This record gives sequence, C-alpha cells and structure tokens, in this order.
Amino acid sequence: MRLVAEFRPAILAPMSAAGRSRTLRRIVFLSGPGLLVAATLAFGRGARLPRADCAFVNGAEPATLDPAVITAIPEGRIVRALFEGLVVRDPRTLEPRPGMAESWDEAPDGLAWTFHLRRGARWTNGDPVTADDFEFSFERLLDPRTGAAYASQLFCVSGARAFATDVDERGAPRRSFETVGIRARADALEIRLDRPVPRFLDLLACPQFSPVNRRCLEESRARDPDTAEIGWLRPDHLVTNGPFRLLERRPNDRIRLAKNHGYWDADHVAFETIDALAAEHLSTIVNLYLTGEVAWIDQQPADLAVRLARREDFHSAPYLGTYFYRVNVARPPFDDPRVRRALALAIDRSAIVQRVTRAGEQPLYACVPPAMPAWSGASMEHAATFEEDLVEARRLLAEAGFGPGGRVLRPISIQYNTRESHKDVAEVIADSWSRNLGIRARLENQEWRVFLDTQRRMDYDVSRSSWIADTADPYGFLEIFTTRNDNNRTGWSDPRYDESIARAARAVEPERSEALLEAERILLAELPILPIYGYATKNLVDPRLGGFFENPLDEHTPKAWYWKDR
Amino acid sequence: MSGTGVWERLRAHRASWWCILFLGAVAVASLAAPLLPLPSPSALALQDEPAPPVPPWRELVRHGFRPEFADLSWTDARLTELRGRVFGDLQTAPWLGTDAKGRDLLARVVFGSRTSILAALAATLASLAIGVLFGAVAGLAGPRVDNLMMRTVDALQSLPFVFLVIFVIGIVNAYRAELSERFGIDRETVFYLVIGAVSWLTMARVVRGQVLVLRNAAFVEAARVAGASPARILARHVLPNVLPVVVVTLTLTIPTVMLTEAFLSFLGLGIEPPKMSWGILAADGIEAINPIRIAWWLVAAPAVAMGSVLFALNVLGDGLRDALDPRTRRS
Amino acid sequence: MIRFLARRLVWFAATLLAVVTLSFFLMRAVRGGPFDAERRLDPTIERNLRARYHLDWPLWKQLAAYLGPINLDAHGARAVGGDGTRVFAGVLAGDFGPSLAYRDQTVGDLLRESLPISLALGSLALLGAVAVGLAAGVVSAVRRGTPLDAALRVVATVFLALPSFVVASVLVILLAFAWPLFPVAGFGTWRHLVLPALALGAPIAANVARLARTGMLETLGQDFVRTARAKGLPERIVILRHALPGALLPVASYLGPAAAGVLTGSLVVERIFAIPGAGSHFVNSALNRDYTLAMGVTIVYCAIVYALNTLVDVFHRLLDPRVAAEGA
Repeated sequence: MRLVAEFRPAILAPMSAAGRSRTLRRIVFLSGPGLLVAATLAFGRGARLPRADCAFVNGAEPATLDPAVITAIPEGRIVRALFEGLVVRDPRTLEPRPGMAESWDEAPDGLAWTFHLRRGARWTNGDPVTADDFEFSFERLLDPRTGAAYASQLFCVSGARAFATDVDERGAPRRSFETVGIRARADALEIRLDRPVPRFLDLLACPQFSPVNRRCLEESRARDPDTAEIGWLRPDHLVTNGPFRLLERRPNDRIRLAKNHGYWDADHVAFETIDALAAEHLSTIVNLYLTGEVAWIDQQPADLAVRLARREDFHSAPYLGTYFYRVNVARPPFDDPRVRRALALAIDRSAIVQRVTRAGEQPLYACVPPAMPAWSGASMEHAATFEEDLVEARRLLAEAGFGPGGRVLRPISIQYNTRESHKDVAEVIADSWSRNLGIRARLENQEWRVFLDTQRRMDYDVSRSSWIADTADPYGFLEIFTTRNDNNRTGWSDPRYDESIARAARAVEPERSEALLEAERILLAELPILPIYGYATKNLVDPRLGGFFENPLDEHTPKAWYWKDR
Repeated sequence: MSGTGVWERLRAHRASWWCILFLGAVAVASLAAPLLPLPSPSALALQDEPAPPVPPWRELVRHGFRPEFADLSWTDARLTELRGRVFGDLQTAPWLGTDAKGRDLLARVVFGSRTSILAALAATLASLAIGVLFGAVAGLAGPRVDNLMMRTVDALQSLPFVFLVIFVIGIVNAYRAELSERFGIDRETVFYLVIGAVSWLTMARVVRGQVLVLRNAAFVEAARVAGASPARILARHVLPNVLPVVVVTLTLTIPTVMLTEAFLSFLGLGIEPPKMSWGILAADGIEAINPIRIAWWLVAAPAVAMGSVLFALNVLGDGLRDALDPRTRRS
Repeated sequence: MIRFLARRLVWFAATLLAVVTLSFFLMRAVRGGPFDAERRLDPTIERNLRARYHLDWPLWKQLAAYLGPINLDAHGARAVGGDGTRVFAGVLAGDFGPSLAYRDQTVGDLLRESLPISLALGSLALLGAVAVGLAAGVVSAVRRGTPLDAALRVVATVFLALPSFVVASVLVILLAFAWPLFPVAGFGTWRHLVLPALALGAPIAANVARLARTGMLETLGQDFVRTARAKGLPERIVILRHALPGALLPVASYLGPAAAGVLTGSLVVERIFAIPGAGSHFVNSALNRDYTLAMGVTIVYCAIVYALNTLVDVFHRLLDPRVAAEGA
C-alpha cells in the first residue's frame, strides 16, 4: 500500500514506540471533544420537538411564506393555513365561502363588488383585521417592487394594470394607488373592475390575495432595517390571521404550525400542532407514510403506483392539470399541421396511463382537462381504436410527403426535464413513433432550469410541458396559447384564436363558454401541442383522518382535518 | 530490472490469476455484447410488475428476439447482424429477471458494463497520463515548485465535485447541438472527461509522496553521483519503483470511479437513456426496495456485477503489489 | 510548526479566492436563472427581482459586492430591506448574502442550521467507521489466513463495492421495516442519525479495515515487534502497544480523503433519509441557480477540505520527522 510505503521510514525512525503511541493518543483525545461539540451543536438548539398532532409531507421546502410572492403548491398550502383572504374555498365543493369577508354585494353590472368584513376577526398580535389591511396588502401586491408573480391576475381591477406597469427608472410606480379601484370604507372593501369577471370570487380565494399585517412589516423594519424584507417572516415575528400560526420553521425539515386560538372559527380547528415535512425523494415519502410518521402524502414512486392504487387508503380523482408536449411550429417539418397531427395520433395514450403512470390518469385529447367542472369541451379528432389512429397518422405523413417512397423525416429530439416519469413517458412515445411511423426519436433530458431556458428560446423540436390550474376556469388553460403570451413558447400564432380568447375575456356566460369552446376547437385542429394525459390526484390518506376531501384542484387545508377516533 | 520474475510470481498467486481471467472474461463479454444470444436491452414490453428471475435450469432459451437497439455503432451493427444469423430468434430466458418495463436484466447488465468499463478506462488514462507525470515532477523538483504544484492539487480538490459536474453538464447541454455536430462530443464523452478530470488528483499526490521517499534512496543517489541526467533517473530508476504504488492506487481509483458514476446517476446527472450503465441500473433498482414489493433482483444484479468486478480488481491489486514489491523480490 | 500553519493559512486564502472566483463565473455561465419557472414571470417583475439581487450589474461588480468588505449597494442590502446605512457587506464582512431560492432565509441562516447537523452525522459516521474498521482490520491481521480473516476481507470488499444508496435502502428495509428499531427518515433525535451514519460509514469502515490490516501486517513483520515478543511480553500488549501505532498511521493518513468522502456521500444519504443537512444544499443550490447559497456552500466545503488536508499534514509531521524535514 502506498501509505505504508510512505511511512516505512517512520517505523524505522528514532521515535520510540511508546512515544508514537503517546502522540497518537494525544491526537485522539484532542479530536474527540471537537466531535462531541459538533454533535451537541446539532442537538443543542432544542432539536427535540414533541410529536405534532398531525403531520403531512408538503413536498419541496417552500421558497417563501410571503403571500404576495408565492407561486408553487407547497407554499400555497402553508399560506392557506396561516392566512385567510376575503374568500375561502369550501374544502369539498370548492365553492367560495366567507373568509375574512362575512358577506359581499355584487353590483348588477358586475363591475363593483363590496365586501363586508367580519367583525371581531383579529391578527395574532391582537390588531383587528380591517379593510385598510386589505387595501394595504393589495397595494403591496400590485407594487412591482414586491415582485408578485400573481399581480397580473388582478389586472381586471380598474387602474391596476397601469399602476403596476407604469414605473419610473427606480422601478417604483409612478401613479398613486388612488387610481386603482380598491378602496377601504369603514368596515367594507370596495373593488371596481374594468369588465365583469365571472369567477371573481374564485380568483380572490387564491392564497396570493391574503392580507398581511402592516404593523408587523413596520416593526420589522424598525427592529432591523438590514433584514426588514425577510425579518417579519420569522416564526417569532410573523403575524397572521388564519386558522394556524407559525410556531417553528426548520428549512428542509419541517414547518410546525400551531392553532391560532384567536381565529374566528377556532372552535372548528381540531389540531393544536401540525407539521408540514419537506421531503423530495419519492421512496422516502412513501416510507414515511407506511411507518405512520405522516398522515397524508400526494406523491409516490411510479412503479409502486399499481400496488398502492389497490389499497383502501389510496384516493384518486381527476385533477385540473394537463401533461402535453409542445411542438416547435417554427421548425420544419413541424410547421406542417399534418405532421403534428400524425405525431399526436401515434401516441399510445392508453399504454401510457395504464402502464407508465398507472394512478388513474386519463388519456387527453383536448387542451382543457376533462376534470374541469361545467365544461363539455372540444376534443381532438380521433378514431375509436389506436390502430385506426395509426392508419390515419400514416396517411397524413404520406400526404405531407414523408410516407414510404417520400422524404425521410429527420430524427426528432424529445426534450424533458430530468425526472424518471418524464423519461418513461418519452420512451414509450419514442418507441411508438419508431415502430409505427418509422420516425426515430432522441431523448434529451436537461436539468430543470436549462430545460426552461431552452424551451423559452424555442431551441427544441418537441418539449415536455404541463399546466396546472389555479382556479376551475378553462380560460386559464386556453389563454396561454395566444400570440403574445409568455407561456406560449411554441411559436404558434392564429389571429382567429386570439380573437376568440379576447372575446371570451370580455363576455359573460353563455357567450364566454362559447368563445372558449371555439378557441379550443381551433387549437385542436392545428395542434401546436400534443395532448397526452390529464392528471389525477394520488393521495394516500390515513383512514383515521377526517375532513379530507378530494377535489379537482387537489386543495387540502388542514383547518378542516380531525382524527376520527378521538 | 523491474520485469524479471514478476509475471512468474503473479501466475503463482492463484487468486490473482483467477481475477485476471475473470476481468478478461468481463471485458470480452462487454466488447462482444451484441454477439451474445441475449435479448435486446432496450426492447420495451410494458407490463405491470418486474418479473422475478427464471433460473437457467428451468428455462434456458426462448424465442422472440426483437432486434431493437438504439444508436448502434458500425461494429455493433455488424455484430448484431452476425448474431441474427447464428442464433436466429433465440434469446436467453430472463435468468436475472426483468425490470418494470420488461427489459431483460442480464442484457442490461452486460451492455451496461460498457459504460462502466469506459468510465474506468477514462479515469485510468487520465490518472496515468496526467497524475503520474505531475506527481513525479513535483516530487523531483525543488521545494518551491513542489509546493506550488501540490497547492494547485489542493485547490482543485477543494472544489466541490458535484458543482463541477452540474455546471459542466449544464454547459454541455446548452451547447449540445454545436458540440455534437462540430466536435462529436456528446453528453457521454463529457461525462467521461469529467470523471477523468477528477481522478488524477489522488494519483498525483500519491506518486509525489512515493517519489519524495525514493529520492533519498541509495540507488538514486548512486545514479546521480554517476552523472545520470534527471530524465534518465526519472525513467530508469524512479518510475519503475513508483509502479507498485501506481498500480495499487489504480485499483482504488477504478472502484471510486464506478461508485462516482452510480452516485451521479442517482442524482440524474449521469448517462442518459437509452444508454445504460451499472450506476443507472443500481439507481433504478433502489426504487424497487420498499416494503410494498421487493424486486430484489433489480438491485442484486448490478450490485453483484459491480461488486464482483471491484472485488476482482482489489484482489488483483493486492496480488500485483506483492509481486511488484521490491522488498520481497530476490534479485 | 507555527510557520507551517501560517503558510498554510496564506495558501488557504489564495485557494479560497481562486475557488470562489471560478465557481462564481462557472455558475453564471450556465443557462437558466434563479427566477425561471414554468409559468413565466411578468417581464417587469422579473426585471425588478433581478435588480433587487443585483443580477443586472456587470459580473465583476457582482463579484466585488459579494466579496466585500465595502458595501457597494447604494440602497443598502435591498434584497433583505436595508436602508443604505451599512458600510460593510460581503463575505469578508461575514455576510454571505440572501438566498435566491429560499427567499425568507439568508445563506448564513441556512448554513447555521444545516452545518451542525451534517457535522454531527459526519462525525458519527466517521467515528463509527474508524472504530469498526480498525477493529476488523486488526483482528483480520492478527488472525491472518484463518476463515475469519477471509470472511472479514470479503465483507470489507463487498461494502467497498456497493454504492451508499444501495446500502441505505437495504438498511431501511432491515432496520426500519422488518425490525422497526429506527425511524425511516427525518430528523429530531439521535435515533434518526443511526441509519444514515451506518450507510455513510460503511465504505469508510471497509477501507479503514483494509488499510489497518495491511499496516498491521507490515508492522507485525518488523524487528522490534519480534524483539518485544522475544522479551516475553504478553501478545495483547505486543499488539496494542507496539504494533497498533503502525496500523494507525495509514489510517490516520486516510482520514483526510475519508472525511471528504463523507461530505460527498452525505448528499445521497441526506436525500434518502430526509436529513436537513448541508448536503442537500450542495446539489439543490446548483440546480436552483441559487448563486449565493451555492457560493456559501462552496466556501464552507473548501474550508473543510482544506482544513482536513492540513490536519493530515500536521499528523504526518508529528509522526514522521523525516517527512517533516523534507517538506520544509
């Protein structure tokens, strides 16, 4: 061994054996306490927490708890538990229910709403929840300096778009918030809209529109101006108005919520403490559930899906999310709609949902998922069996000049972000295109951010995508494919489509649905996207947990939960 | 001086001899993989569950060979043709079982060995070429140059390896099209380069240590007094005596490389499908280890494959060290 | 010795600067930014966010601001709400900056929370591995040629050949499900650290066993051991007091790379066991393009590896006067 060779001189060195062992012992004694210190450091912070009443796996560690700034689902769950907006969603039906607003009036023209705030509602620091809080919070949300991704959802409010986009060179809004149609008057909040918004209450129920406490922010700034923007979010400083308050936050470990006894509906909140665990490795998540550490998980490894799906505690329901492939219509040969349609027809959707995803997903032939309530929806034209679809696909390719004897379609590269399930789906699709259409496909996985960047630059042939709804509204799925929308990223542009969507934005039922349906038909005839499947929820829920309901948005709030046997 | 008697003594060491044979067989099987009567490792047969192994005495061969491969090189394509002609549509039964997509595990292990072997070769070449030279020069040069060189090695070792991999692979992904068209470099090549780039550091350090010790040995002094040039000293006296250390370090480096490859595959930064490697197989396999359904063969196959090769390398390394050790050599 | 350490410190600073600069530019060279998402941000908002974290500054200025110690931000640390009164900022002033991905935390917060946990896990793994490996190696050497020796060597080689995530999964099945002795994942008590430490330490223990065995065999063949035996000392004294130090030397030298191996191995183990250590920050910060956290983690990693290498060199000097004379 090299190391012994190196030390041979040492063994012959004049140092005595006793001397060497003495030195070694000294070294060991010196390093021992060092390691003990490290060990105590890890536990000295009071790492031992008593068990919470209930725990669930939240997914990735939330990026932030500031309601105005959140975008992702794990953050939304925590914010919904901590804060409460004007309106909340019924856990079972997703209908809007009174939150901080006890009641509301809608003007006959649909352009003015008045929300009457609940008397007696308080923040965790004792302040009453007032309409001023909401005005302040909406101003903060619309102020571009806050960096709120969902500010654009409020551009239906009069003056909001101008306030948020007309900025000076320092990024501050040039106009005053007085120009925006949100005003606090005594116990009520008045909101004026540019145009009637059919699902306005549903929109307001999004957690991004929760209020924040002005005094909390100001005190944080006074306490330590250097960290004012994040100091107020610390557990000992955060002021909330929802069913829970923030007790402890350990990044990548857990967020512990404690019952807010000052909450107006505290009598119906069953749990004193709840833990939201951060875990990302799918096997670990399943193991946590199987050992009883957590009461609810919503993800599992794909190849366990079949076994888990047979269990009693597995609940699956259609979910408002779609999985599809974007096609770069700017690149030949994908500029030919016949080629796109052939590719779409040759996807073996039933094989994918039965053999790959296996958790109750549905084959998708549309842009809006079938789970959308009160929506009949258009559908991509397809035959009754896959074989007939293949015949049609081959015919289309031949018509486009790529049939036998015609040109050879160059290899297609399918891009997806690094994830086992995406790879599996891509392999099946590539296999099908290869066997049935004679088209070779290359699989290219990219790390998430590079993948997004590539997609944005339109540097792809076919790129995997998904879209999850915020509200139960088909508009959200369809508007992204208008010409100038940042989320289009296919290069597809159709003025009739844009016109239909614009019409839908201004209309009320039933013209609105008709316009959206028309738009979807256009989209599905042109197929800049290849629909693959509609998501299904995959919830494993402890049978003893009550108050857990399946719904198309897969929204679950711990406020309604309780243990059945207590 | 260095070659006499080594071969004989190695042959006398039975264990090492078996190891050489075993590793040779692995190498041959790996090269000739398309020729063997195995099922295609990429043929998907979507089924609900991975199938457990079927021992060869229960079922030796079955029909239904599907020549579905991804991206075959010219030689591989010829070999596949030859296999078709010799064996027809016979293929081995799933002696090691199948994975969740119906792909035969034995075939995947054999074809996956190519990646692992290539990675090992890349690391070896880099270690030998760069590491030995670097370390020898550092050891023989004066203290200031030595210090500078070793501090460079320190600095390179201090860089978190994982970052380097993520960034290099990210950069390559970004310019994938240009790179593969103009330079013929794909993700796999980059992967091997990255592995090589990290493996030479340990070798340099080790060689330098050994050279430092040798520098003061009597025979080197004698050669210097006799007027031999530094290059001659390096070539005839130092390098041959560094050989034992180099060989032994190699047998430690290759396992590290293979484990690194497995680690990167676990993080999703390794080889891309449809190519396969033992690391990917192992990473896929651990998803199979859970209390719901234990498809133990999905882990056992790559683990045994990796384990036996590394075991053989270690035993061979021990044997080589004994054979090459100048102290136990009688002149 | 003092001069040696002082020189090492200077080199450390130089190395750190080089590593930081290299990482800084490498990270910016890769495509994809920290604020990319499937649902694209409004361009105004994205611009504001980038400005808040100074991502719109020229690269050299960003590096200078990051290193400090002078606060280059006219409006104070805007990302976290400063009011422009801070004179000192940047790494040289002890401020690692705000995290870009975990917007509520500063890098200092994150490291302060996670490093002790990783250190505890790492030390536990290392201590256990060294203890077990040393014992196995010594026993193997003393009982050379017996079936026990062969068995121990096979076990050691097996653990050397298995990736740590395979060992981790098997451990979970055996010790968390089959015999529910330990929790399957998470962190909170010492019991949560046992399985991860075992998974981390297994390859270390195997290597230590091999090294200890070889070192022990070498030492046992030396003259002075024969002398000790001839003097009639009991075998146990011969082994423990006279031969053991010889076995410890290669092990002590291996501790440097072993600790570095524990650091990298912890990436996988922490992910599997959901331990909130610094390992996850390594991978996630690079993948999330969380520039500040990635830089902070790089600095810490660099410091640890450098400190370990220096420590090992100190051991060398203490135990081998010849090498001490050489390296001066």
